[in-house]
Amino acid sequence: MVAATHLGAAVLAALSDDGIKAIGKGLVYGLAAIGPGIGLGILIGKSVEAMARQPEYAGQVRATMFIGIGLIEALALFGFVLYFIT
Amino acid sequence: MTAVILATFEKPTTKDFVWSCWGPSLRIAGQAFCYNFIFFLLTLSFVALFAFFFFTLRKPKVIPGKGQMIAEFGVGFVKEQIVIQMIGPAGMGFFAFLASLFFWILFGNIFEIVPFVDASMNARIAFPLILASISWIVYNTVGIKTHGFFGYLKHVMLPPGVPLVLRPLMALIDFVSVIVFRPITLTVRLFANMVAGHFLLAVFFLGTIALFETGNFLIIFGVFSGAMSVVFLAFEIFVSVLQAFIFAVLTASYIAEAMATEH
Repeated sequence: MVAATHLGAAVLAALSDDGIKAIGKGLVYGLAAIGPGIGLGILIGKSVEAMARQPEYAGQVRATMFIGIGLIEALALFGFVLYFIT
Repeated sequence: MTAVILATFEKPTTKDFVWSCWGPSLRIAGQAFCYNFIFFLLTLSFVALFAFFFFTLRKPKVIPGKGQMIAEFGVGFVKEQIVIQMIGPAGMGFFAFLASLFFWILFGNIFEIVPFVDASMNARIAFPLILASISWIVYNTVGIKTHGFFGYLKHVMLPPGVPLVLRPLMALIDFVSVIVFRPITLTVRLFANMVAGHFLLAVFFLGTIALFETGNFLIIFGVFSGAMSVVFLAFEIFVSVLQAFIFAVLTASYIAEAMATEH
């Protein structure tokens, strides 16, 4: 544990300003994709379950699923676009 | 090896969305206005929208031809899935607004995949911003008209059934969410989808060309990259239509929420 913090401090001290910025830019989309990935998995899984339980409502469930996908996907895309903006 | 790839592959940047003026520029109050590629996309989208509806629905027949069937399918889709589903029969007054919004964003987005016009006008944040501002004005006006100004603020900030201790926090969160956050997310969702789609298409297509130009074993990856770019083109068509649908559906949902009276 102590060795890990020493190692971390050594890495941070050795990296230049540009190095940390490059790591930050790389981490933006990676971290931004975790939440929407889990959220989309839950949403689409639940819609598949609902469509299997009541096949006559499959159309409405599918329409609502697409609305949900659009809302959640936006959050992942903010991260993707931020890489290019900064 | 990697140096050869990097030599021919230009990374897409935000500078891709800056185009120079095509003609003389006009200075109004310190701002320069001119006709450039984005304005051309706007003109193109408008002409496409107008031509589509003009040539299909100008003289509707009882037995529809192909164009009329497509146009009626589109309009019926907006009516059934957006207006009736979200607002109900009382929302038919907003049908013209929501249909215009949906078809305008659709025709704006679809030019992202047309071969020599590889950008959408929604890739500059001004256009989604204006559309989101119009939606903001509409749903707030509906709310103020239904409830009165202070009644609308109460409707927004104090939903029924909140315990007394949480009311101040809930009021702040709801106010920021409805008045401040919604137009921002509408704007950025449409903008980010179009920009990200453009960048990904650029990466896959330019990457295919760059990998093929190396002339060694990397051509295998060029084939995969080419296949992926075709898949991505199909996905972009889907995303263009979906983003138009989501913008219209969310506007309809906000209008419905502003119009709602608790009973």
